[in-house]
Amino acid sequence: MSQRDKAPEGEQQAMNGTEDPTNDEMLVETDVSDGLSASESSVGRDAETVISSDNINVWYGDDHALTDISMDIPENSVTAMIGPSGCGKSTFLRCINRMNDLIDVARVEGGLTLRGKNVYDDDVDPVALRRRVGMVFQKPNPFPKSIYENVVYGLKIQGIDADYDEVVEESLKRAALWDEVKDRLHESGLDLSGGQQQRLCIARAIATDPEVLLMDEPASALDPVATSQIEDLVEELAEDYTVVIVTHNMQQAARISDKTAVFLTGGELVEFNDTQKIFENPESQRVEDYITGKFG
Amino acid sequence: MSTDDLETDLTRNTENSPRELLTRSFFFLCAALSVVTTLSIVGLLITEASKFFTLTAPLMGVAGETASIVDFLTGTTWQIHSQEFGVLALVSATLMVTIGSAVIALPLGVATAIYLSEYASAQARSILKPALEILAGVPTVVYGFFALIYITPALEVVFPGIGTFNMLSASIVVGIMIIPMVASISEDAMSAVPDELRQAGYGMGATKFDVSTGIVVPAALSGIFSSFILALSRAIGETMAVTVAAGAQAKFLNPLNPASYLEGALPMTAAMVQLLTGDITGGGLAYRSLFAIGLVLFVITLIMNVISDYVSRRYREAY
Repeated sequence: MSQRDKAPEGEQQAMNGTEDPTNDEMLVETDVSDGLSASESSVGRDAETVISSDNINVWYGDDHALTDISMDIPENSVTAMIGPSGCGKSTFLRCINRMNDLIDVARVEGGLTLRGKNVYDDDVDPVALRRRVGMVFQKPNPFPKSIYENVVYGLKIQGIDADYDEVVEESLKRAALWDEVKDRLHESGLDLSGGQQQRLCIARAIATDPEVLLMDEPASALDPVATSQIEDLVEELAEDYTVVIVTHNMQQAARISDKTAVFLTGGELVEFNDTQKIFENPESQRVEDYITGKFG
Repeated sequence: MSTDDLETDLTRNTENSPRELLTRSFFFLCAALSVVTTLSIVGLLITEASKFFTLTAPLMGVAGETASIVDFLTGTTWQIHSQEFGVLALVSATLMVTIGSAVIALPLGVATAIYLSEYASAQARSILKPALEILAGVPTVVYGFFALIYITPALEVVFPGIGTFNMLSASIVVGIMIIPMVASISEDAMSAVPDELRQAGYGMGATKFDVSTGIVVPAALSGIFSSFILALSRAIGETMAVTVAAGAQAKFLNPLNPASYLEGALPMTAAMVQLLTGDITGGGLAYRSLFAIGLVLFVITLIMNVISDYVSRRYREAY
């Protein structure tokens, strides 16, 4: 029996308030964060929680990949997950849209809610969930179809009736790719460069207007110029979407995110707080060691 | 070590040592053997077939009976005893088996491949794949008997007027025979589609059906087409099953008319078996017609191979 079956919704919320040390700390340390700019301190405080995980545990076979992860991800912001390789940050990301379901040996226990609905309830259809929670992968993976067909793919499979031309133009513009491809929309998406392919994948993910955008190290396979384009894009997207981004690049997390979760080896969430707090004055010595490069 | 030793050491020329030469020659001979065999067979087919035609026989120094190449290629009556060699009667029967078996094997084979590659659990795969391979390993003459003893009587229930030997039964059995080929090659192509593409699809909220038919199949199209062409080449060249099931009476039938399939006919391969097992005299016209049919069959399968090669290049996706 998983934990989510035992604890009703209300209790879970209560547990989050009392058991999650980072939450308590946040309340106590409010004075410290007064130094933050007004916009940054408002994010994550007043914003509504979109995703809330409650003691999520993941096993791959006998390998315990994530241990008791509880965190609340706020709306219209960028939440970064950082940590060394194999710390479970991507695994957590894949819990949010249940991509772990596709791995035979993966087992998820605990609850994870999207706007209050536990996505691991038996009556939740992972296909429907993934239509609300878009995903961009580490390696650009456009379909072997035209640029146009890539962008409208989601609309087609979801049966969304829209002016495709308009959606393609708008999505590609938001993904900062329109000017580069507007004259060759019907050429294969595979003919684009790596950075362009990744922006195409972002355009594809936002074309269906999901509530949440998950990004699994979206810039790790790209050169510095393409990386900075993607970073700018992520910051812009956060105005309309709740973005959760996994990165192993700490500078990237510091640059673009509002909140940062630090995962360390053993699949533990060591600290989750405002990004500025994490990078300037972390609670945990382990996090400080990791941030300053003494470890990881 | 002195400079002289170094000189000798560095100029040993191992590449041309006796052992290297010997092994290299041996491997070359093995590789050359298949090329030489193919060339000899093609050469034999061409020289023997040219003894059959009026046009080319004098070049080969053959006197006596010959047949018109025009009549051979355009005639629709195949009657050895009345010296009528219209190969279209045989080609039409071969075409019927090819079309009929394609109608059965292509959809079933691709559906099987989709199931194996996208839907089946590891356990189901471990049972189904070997079972398919066994299907591919059944001797073709057994398929012929299967058609004659089981398929035709079953068809008689549906089509009371159907002959004992009929093209429908032959087509069905050849279709069953080539399903494993379509399924196995298509499945290889689908399994080779990178998992990132499936993940991308599922990440977009695609269902299993969307991913299989909208992403995996299009991405594996070149391999699937190759499997079609190879399987059809196999259907064209299939001999024993059609010899047993299709009948022995050469007859020109319209392959596009479904009613034709209720009749029996003589595909090219079956005609060749008939010629070889009959009491034809070596060197006679009927004997030489054997090579003419063989040449036509060879040209058809060669064209299929060229198409297959073109298709797999043209539709190959590089990831």
